[in-house]
Amino acid sequence: MEKRVVFRSAWLPYALLAPQIAITVIFFFWPAGQAVWYSFQLQDAFGLKTQFVGLENFRALFADSHYLASFKITAFFSVLVAGCGISIALLLATMADRVVKGALAYKTLLIWPYAVAPAVAGVLWAFLFAPSIGVVSYVLRKNGVDWNWVLQGDQAMLLVVIASTWKQISYNFLFFLAGLQSIPRSLIEAAAIDGAGPSRRFWTIVFPMLSPTTFFLMVVNIVYAFFDTFGVIDATTQGGPAGATQILVYKAYYDGVKAADLGGSSAQSAILMLIVIALTVIQFRFVERKVQY
Amino acid sequence: MRLKALATTLFAAGMLGAPLAQAQTEIQWWHSMSGQHNEKINEIAKGFNASQSEFKLTPVFKGSYPESMTAAIAAFRAGNPPHIVQVFEVGTATMMSAKGAIKPVTQIMKDAGEPFNPKAYLPAVTGYYTDSQGNMLSMPFNSSTAIFYINKDAFKKAGLDPAKAPKTWKEFTKAAEKLKAAGQTCVYTTGWPSWVHVENFSAWHNLPIGTKENGMAGLDTEFRVNTPLHVQHIATLGYYAKQGWFTYSGRKQEGEDRFISGECAMLTSSSSAIGKIRKGAKFDFSAHFLPYHDDMPGAPQNSIIGGATLWVMSGKPAGDYKGVAKFFSYLSRPEVQMDWHTSTGYVPITLAAYEMTKKSGYYEKNPGVDVAIHQLNNKAPTANSKGLRFGGFVQGREIFEEEMESVLQGKKTAKAAMDDAVKRGNDILRKFEAANK
Repeated sequence: MEKRVVFRSAWLPYALLAPQIAITVIFFFWPAGQAVWYSFQLQDAFGLKTQFVGLENFRALFADSHYLASFKITAFFSVLVAGCGISIALLLATMADRVVKGALAYKTLLIWPYAVAPAVAGVLWAFLFAPSIGVVSYVLRKNGVDWNWVLQGDQAMLLVVIASTWKQISYNFLFFLAGLQSIPRSLIEAAAIDGAGPSRRFWTIVFPMLSPTTFFLMVVNIVYAFFDTFGVIDATTQGGPAGATQILVYKAYYDGVKAADLGGSSAQSAILMLIVIALTVIQFRFVERKVQY
Repeated sequence: MRLKALATTLFAAGMLGAPLAQAQTEIQWWHSMSGQHNEKINEIAKGFNASQSEFKLTPVFKGSYPESMTAAIAAFRAGNPPHIVQVFEVGTATMMSAKGAIKPVTQIMKDAGEPFNPKAYLPAVTGYYTDSQGNMLSMPFNSSTAIFYINKDAFKKAGLDPAKAPKTWKEFTKAAEKLKAAGQTCVYTTGWPSWVHVENFSAWHNLPIGTKENGMAGLDTEFRVNTPLHVQHIATLGYYAKQGWFTYSGRKQEGEDRFISGECAMLTSSSSAIGKIRKGAKFDFSAHFLPYHDDMPGAPQNSIIGGATLWVMSGKPAGDYKGVAKFFSYLSRPEVQMDWHTSTGYVPITLAAYEMTKKSGYYEKNPGVDVAIHQLNNKAPTANSKGLRFGGFVQGREIFEEEMESVLQGKKTAKAAMDDAVKRGNDILRKFEAANK
């Protein structure tokens, strides 16, 4: 039998919830509602003239091949960032878990990059790879690589993926380390006694036991790649060259803030909102239930 | 008794003094001038504040051009705009269409009773910012044009005559070939690719950028940057990139720094870079007219300006605008203009300031600074070369740049890219037209 504590008062629970609800309404529902409302409108930059245009903004978006390309770029970028971030972090966490001497120092150093703001991370990597003055560019050119991410889209993509992944590895690392430490030693020892080597132990015991962490991180990383990498992109490529790194959230920002096209930008925000909702639903409905704890 | 009198006097003086100090009305000026130019702006504000006691001008750096413009728009929507905002030429159409949000300069000067003669300003500059009824809408401030710089030392090293800068793109090709052969890693680069290679290129060859006098005669304008001549030029750039003669540096002034460091031997960029180049370059350089294609009839025509003007926002107390008018009068003084012109490389905005600079012998001592003025006035401007006014051109210009980049990457042909630029650009124009009907 489950034991429940029930409020007897009719108003107290609402009063206790009110601050949280107020914050959600003011900082989320209100602006989100406004974005949806703007997405049906055509407005000049100063907000002096407003027309209701129905779904015209959405129609224009899906007729724009560059918007559709931005979807592909975002998907490609997110998969790369989440994939690289998770696998590198897992490797590092497994290593750090085995280290006995100086473990604390390794762990602290690996966690450091998380404290760096995305924009700063972007600038750091942009400097290292700057086409004319960067240290890495110098080495690359010495070795005959024509390195100029200002013009080459693939190189620009590589740069933002590296910067974004580097920043996220620490976060993933922390979760994996915690996950590894919660795996009962007895299981691994039993396998070792039965003659399973380190690689076999990892794939048949550790990796499946880590699956809840991995799935959780996958969702978090995809959301990170979708939204939080804005700072990295703004500080380095600004969506260029030729739109090669223009992910959805950057395009929404660019069209709304820089190009003063509020309607088009709001329509993009509304679509982004749908994507987030879908991701959340997937996480709660499928991932959390299917994964064995 | 005497002490009391003294106290009363002091008190009275305090009463008189305090409101005087407080009554100074603050005038907010948002701008986008960084580094050296920012220091100069603070100097101008200091000069104006010292020249009178009624108003206090406060310049605020608000980030890049698009950022200050966006900030001013957001502030207007929130009901608290600055008095003056510096808006780049690309934002002109947006500002002009915002009839209730801006106050025309002509009207402000008239209301405040400040003497004002639009004819005193350089026609190449005012043409850009005057409406069809002849009202000057914004105050010209920093105007420049695209010019061509060469590294004379690199020319010498490559066995080229440093006194003979390439005049045409044919001569340019020959020079580029020799520079490359002499081991120059970066032969040529450019700042502001669309402004130089689409907008100024069009004016310089008397080609339209768009219909309706480049948008100046109506919102129902369409881009025309896919003529065979435009395509030929962009294809030429693509060829240069492929040969390793053209190194792309980015959409802003990044190329200027690569020229200053000596990495690139030739540069096309804003004439306002000359101060920076003179200060930073450890080699001999010279400034010239933009190269042109001599097989195009009528070339070279005249180039068009870039840079920014000062727009006055509405919604402030009526008395404040007197201060704005006073500041504009101060800013137009020949000595203020001459100082701004000679220390930054932006063109002087009044004819008087130009004459004053010429008389002072500045141009003989500093060759190259007057190249921009001569190029802007090379011939009487035509409908194709007096300027441009396209709605949403912040986006439009980026589209041009995106398409140019795809040619330089070798992903698209020049023809396909410029056709796409026109198509995508026209979508933006139609949207702007619909929003500003």
